Amino acid sequence: MLALQNIHKTFEGRLVLTDVNLTIPKGATHALIGSSGSGKTTLLRITLGLIPLDKGYVKINDQALSSFSPIEWADRIGYVPQEGGLFPHISAFQNVSLMATLRGWKRAKIGARVEELRKLVDLDAALLGRFPFELSGGQQQRVAIMRAAMMDPEVLLLDEPMAALDPLIRRSLQQELKSIFQRLGKTVLLVTHDLGEAVYLAEQITLLHEGKVVQSGTYGELLRQPNDPFVTAFINAQRTLPDAAEVA
Amino acid sequence: MRRILAALLITAAGLAPAHLWAAQSIVVGSKAFTEGYVLGEIAAQTIEASGQGPVTRKLGMGSTGIVFEALKSGAIDVYSDYTGTLAEAILKRPDLKSIDDIRQALLKMDLVMSEPLGFDDTYALAVKESFAETRELRSISDLSRVESGLRAAFSYEFMDRKDGFAGMAQSYHLHLAPQNIKRMEHSLSFQAIDDGAVDLIDLYSTDAKIEKSKLRVLKDDRGYFPVYQAVWVARRQFTEQYPRAWAALTGMQGSINERTMIDMNAQADIEHVGFAKIAAQFLGAEAPRSQSLKSNILQRTREHLWLVGIALLFSVLVGIPLGLVAVRFHAAGQGILIASALIQTVPSLALLCFLIPLFGVGMKPALAALCMYSLLPVVLNTFTGIRSIDPKHLENARAFGMTNRQVLLRVILPLASPTILAGIKTATIVSIGTATLAALVGAGGYGAPIVSGLSLNDVPTILTGAIPAALMALIAYGLFELLGLAVIPAGLRKQT
Repeated sequence: MLALQNIHKTFEGRLVLTDVNLTIPKGATHALIGSSGSGKTTLLRITLGLIPLDKGYVKINDQALSSFSPIEWADRIGYVPQEGGLFPHISAFQNVSLMATLRGWKRAKIGARVEELRKLVDLDAALLGRFPFELSGGQQQRVAIMRAAMMDPEVLLLDEPMAALDPLIRRSLQQELKSIFQRLGKTVLLVTHDLGEAVYLAEQITLLHEGKVVQSGTYGELLRQPNDPFVTAFINAQRTLPDAAEVA
Repeated sequence: MRRILAALLITAAGLAPAHLWAAQSIVVGSKAFTEGYVLGEIAAQTIEASGQGPVTRKLGMGSTGIVFEALKSGAIDVYSDYTGTLAEAILKRPDLKSIDDIRQALLKMDLVMSEPLGFDDTYALAVKESFAETRELRSISDLSRVESGLRAAFSYEFMDRKDGFAGMAQSYHLHLAPQNIKRMEHSLSFQAIDDGAVDLIDLYSTDAKIEKSKLRVLKDDRGYFPVYQAVWVARRQFTEQYPRAWAALTGMQGSINERTMIDMNAQADIEHVGFAKIAAQFLGAEAPRSQSLKSNILQRTREHLWLVGIALLFSVLVGIPLGLVAVRFHAAGQGILIASALIQTVPSLALLCFLIPLFGVGMKPALAALCMYSLLPVVLNTFTGIRSIDPKHLENARAFGMTNRQVLLRVILPLASPTILAGIKTATIVSIGTATLAALVGAGGYGAPIVSGLSLNDVPTILTGAIPAALMALIAYGLFELLGLAVIPAGLRKQT
């Protein structure tokens, strides 16, 4: 379980997050959505422990971030950066196994874990020997998910996982991501600006606007019982393509 | 990694020129012009004949200032100079006219001066014979008739000495247009006047090329130029420690007249006879067996590799950490970058000159200068290489729980390695070129034949230094390409 409680953050004298609350039950997938400047990236960095918060708690299974060392915290949150964020100078395999190697895992243990994850994300074994620039966007994403899951964290945190992919690959990867999340059984927090992605992948959605949670709930709840005119405006703004009937 | 470092150190120690470890021997120095080399060789062979031990020759060390500093610091024991130069340029006492006055003044610096060797080598001005003929020039005073439009090439030393150009122009009321005066290497000014690029040059009255270049020496009709009698100057300690050697040198009193000196200079300059042979002929002795070209180049290569190798090691061991500090601490970083850039703007000869009082002459000042020069490319490229890393990789590394040390070793250095390696490559290639100047302070290397070849205007000799230096630079370039394959992570290599 991941819980963000009463989070406040000021940055250069400006309040960028005000009393943010968010709870994701174990094994659930939750989308944090908002336009750029909504504070979602700041919230993501706070959750990763990269920047301190002014007030509030980040907790995994009721244990607060502040009670862990950065390394212990990193083992509890697997992070998939935008566009995968693979290190360009090492192979896919080395990217996946980097932290395990640094923690002194035995080679056999690393090999077994990588193989297990490779099957889970359905990646061709030959691709593990390649460098990131030799992999497609979708393949890089899978490797990044393997890396995030390598140390068997409680929580997976994904930052705009689909943003850089072309629409067709996006569609097929979305389906796969959903099943990967199910197979992994992790608590997942997905940060995105794309409502379609959020709706497709997550059971619950939290809409962030100007540093505040506007509404949390299922897509149906946001659609039918909006808390605020902004919710409706946000949803409508993302339905960009006209229906067939509307096209001459 | 440690094993590689140890291997490097052992190799470096093996390459160290033998005389670095050799027992103390008498060191003869000389200035970098023909007469200096000839007299230096004469001194060296005279001392060897006196039986007082091996002689190390540090000939062609550069200008008066460098050689005299070397003598004072004990880096050389004896060299030849001129009374006028000693009084004017070194003691700064133009009032000292007599031999005894100069000797007394030098003694206060613990230096001893011999009786004059027998010839006077004063500054003189010369024009082409044909030029003098058409304009009826006989003396320096005559120059005032043709001064407008007169193009001159003067040596650096002549331009800068009190008893040089400025004093002379004042004494003769000469007004040459500043833009018509070129400062250049003494030996090159003969080329310039031969080619008709200039009309007037300064030279030494015993210069061998006066005849060859068909020059007319203008009479110093006002007696402006001081007397420049050739003498030996030595450290007092040397004269006491090696009395027979010093006696042999002072025994040459009055034995070299002007004609003899001009002849010897001509043999070197025009007939390209080796200095050792000229000196041996003069002394009536067998010329010492000269080194074969092959063993000569081998020795130069060892000296050059040693110079460049140490500079390289220094630039890596100091430059990369300094680059890291520059990235980490902004203010200090700017300071480091500016300081290392400033060093780069100091002309290499000037830097060598500054370093002589601190390090003496020979390998040490040359190494110090090379280390300082090789620093900037490495510091700057380390700084730039790290700063150009996409910050998302650094943040990601921290998000994955990497420690600072792991981020540095696993992410920062590998990602910056192509740029850092390029900086080391630049430093090495620049060092190989700059190390040729080390010969001016007696450090040897490929610069030695270049310096002596320049002073003799002898292109083949220059090439025996210049070609190996160019080859070494090419080989270094190739080796760095190979090193790139080993050091730069494959994922970055394939991308470019």
